[in-house]
Amino acid sequence: MIPVSTPTTTTSLQITAARPYPELLDLPWQVPLEEWPEHHLAALPRGISRHVVRFVKLGSRVLAVKETNAEIAHREYRMLRLLNRLEVPSVQPVAVITGRTAPDGEPLNSVLITRHLQFSLPYRALYSQTLRPDTAKRAVDALAVLLVRLHLTGFYWGDVSLSNTLFRRDAGAFAAYLVDAETGELYDVVSDGQREYDLDVARTNIAGELMDVVASGALDADMDEVLAISDRIISRYRTLWQELTEPESFGRGDRWRVDARIRRLNELGFDVGELAITTDIDGTTVRIEPKVVDAGHHSRRLLRLTGLDAEENQARRLLNDLDAYRAATDRQSDDEEIVAHDWVAAVFEPVQRHVPRELRGKMEAAELFHEVLEHRWYLSERAGRDVGIEEAVDSYVVGVLPDKPDERAVLGVDTEAIRVIADR
Amino acid sequence: MATVTFDKATRIYPGGDKPAVDALDLHVEDGEFLVLVGPSGCGKSTSLRMLAGLEDVNGGRILIGDRDVTTVPPKDRDIAMVFQNYALYPHMTVADNMGFALKIAGTPKDEIKRRVQEAAKILDLEAYLSRKPKALSGGQRQRVAMGRAIVRQPQVFLMDEPLSNLDAKLRVQTRTQIASLQRRLAVTTVYVTHDQVEAMTMGDRVAVLKDGLLQQVDTPRRMYDHPNNVFVAGFIGSPAMNLLTLDTTDGGVKFGDTVHPVERAALAATGDKLTLGVRPEDLELSDQGLPVIVDVVEELGADAYIYGTLRGEGGPAGGDLQVIARVDGRRPPEKGSTVHFTPKAGHVHLFDDKSGLRIGA
Repeated sequence: MIPVSTPTTTTSLQITAARPYPELLDLPWQVPLEEWPEHHLAALPRGISRHVVRFVKLGSRVLAVKETNAEIAHREYRMLRLLNRLEVPSVQPVAVITGRTAPDGEPLNSVLITRHLQFSLPYRALYSQTLRPDTAKRAVDALAVLLVRLHLTGFYWGDVSLSNTLFRRDAGAFAAYLVDAETGELYDVVSDGQREYDLDVARTNIAGELMDVVASGALDADMDEVLAISDRIISRYRTLWQELTEPESFGRGDRWRVDARIRRLNELGFDVGELAITTDIDGTTVRIEPKVVDAGHHSRRLLRLTGLDAEENQARRLLNDLDAYRAATDRQSDDEEIVAHDWVAAVFEPVQRHVPRELRGKMEAAELFHEVLEHRWYLSERAGRDVGIEEAVDSYVVGVLPDKPDERAVLGVDTEAIRVIADR
Repeated sequence: MATVTFDKATRIYPGGDKPAVDALDLHVEDGEFLVLVGPSGCGKSTSLRMLAGLEDVNGGRILIGDRDVTTVPPKDRDIAMVFQNYALYPHMTVADNMGFALKIAGTPKDEIKRRVQEAAKILDLEAYLSRKPKALSGGQRQRVAMGRAIVRQPQVFLMDEPLSNLDAKLRVQTRTQIASLQRRLAVTTVYVTHDQVEAMTMGDRVAVLKDGLLQQVDTPRRMYDHPNNVFVAGFIGSPAMNLLTLDTTDGGVKFGDTVHPVERAALAATGDKLTLGVRPEDLELSDQGLPVIVDVVEELGADAYIYGTLRGEGGPAGGDLQVIARVDGRRPPEKGSTVHFTPKAGHVHLFDDKSGLRIGA
């Protein structure tokens, strides 16, 4: 892709983008972002930022626009493109605009434009009702996974925080996305010092952010509870890092442990690209050291089998249902791809079709399916019998879904007023 | 508070063939403000990160005070990176925004209150402690962010291009604030910038790096008056020093139709060419000397800068060379005219044509 420059006739506005976005020229770049008229803006929940950030409606899209200086904007744009190519969960950069001037000739800051991540929520929106400690924990867990992935990729963040992260629902948990790459740097290998610093910054920032939520009245927690949650980033990160990278030694007779390790890593959602196996001189001890290449094991498997794009836990949930379907229809010996195709046609799609069109913006297809499965389990338990998927989806659409917030893009609602049901 | 010592500290990136920082020897005094400056890729940020514990040290040592911290994790080094997290928490008061990290560290309440008060006094924020950040001006918010680092009372402050995300006006303002604040706190500070003006205006001493090698470390004055080599001479000062490659002759170097005298011993040590450096303010209009065609006259009131071309002489391959000179602003020469310059006596810097090193005093 070639960066394009689109100079306009009236100003020296320079647009750098991976592909042309002529619509961008319709926005009032000659006005400071803080003063943009309401009709351009999408009232989405915003995180804390040291810059002016606004969400902007442009056609059917919602874009995040951040004012900063040209050098930082270009640098972050390049970094986000690189992270996207490395398949790190991060926001997608759209363009950098420099050379803005007000009508009186006063130069204005440059902007970095990213695409708003559909169905994503900043941590403040997760807590905009009352926070249950569980929500905070799940957000921190998701951030730990993201941080491990980033470090494995060679990315040192420099400013890890809940504010610099967006969260998407992932089958009752959250999946975290990097939003702010301003302080980040990409290396071949991230040093231990950099990992430790990122963790220390993360812990401090998370505690500060939670203390702020407490001060706002949205969270009822004492200092010990806040610290327990912020300390969790360290313990979760270390456990995951160790499982992913630590060498393991065992006797020759225990070679099943090689397979067990790979399974455990897959369970955590990571794929093993390479496994260094060394045997000591007398051949009694085997030492394995996995090289984890990528996260998203279940997502990729689901995509390969069904073409459905889902978060990791959602994918695992869907694959479990697919496996159950395979067993129930006694088709274990059939080709996996063929059974998957039938499952999509017979189970997954009918659930989606049951949802009235006006309720479809409420949540992603995969999250909806997960919710219906949860609801079916709940109904079955209450009824003391196995409730079918059709009955479950009917009951869900009538009794549960209408009360859910619209999460595709929470338009036309003030940040403070967004009702987000983070906990069921 | 403490000294900082780089003792032959070396950083080689995995797969790199030459060190990003090469056997750096540098001693920062207790309470000193040292600025690391140099062009992109010179190793200044890597040096700072080695001190912060973010980069592995592949050779040599780093000491804070007498303590060898080469392998100590970042959080145990008693250092503070300033400005990394500028975002303030909107629902918390200024006092809480400044003191929350101490709360996390389990510091007793009274102690937190005392340190926040002290920092607020230094930062001129006492009247705002119970307010929310929203009620503060841009500059005040910036000071709250500084307060966050100050209340931790670290042994060393580290600052990596802290002004880079500010607009030009706020940058100059904050530059002055940081420098005066550092002097009041007297905490050892290592500051990285690519901007030599920032370096010269802020540092007690300035260390210039290039290609991972320390070129010179000196006070701004000394660095300006006595650059050790051609690189430092050209890098420090704005507008830059004129560096002319000139033919040597009996008793000196040819400066247009004049001869600038050079000591015999210095001449003997060099070949048939040497590099002569002269700052724009040290060139004087004359009837003879170096002939320069005036391309641009930049009038600044009291002074004017002349940007001219020296035809076919003095350039690296005998090509054209731009010469910058400061002249009286009331009577500047006209654009397009040819004028002659001679250097002021005692204000000439001589460098070896090949090694680039300073010749003589």
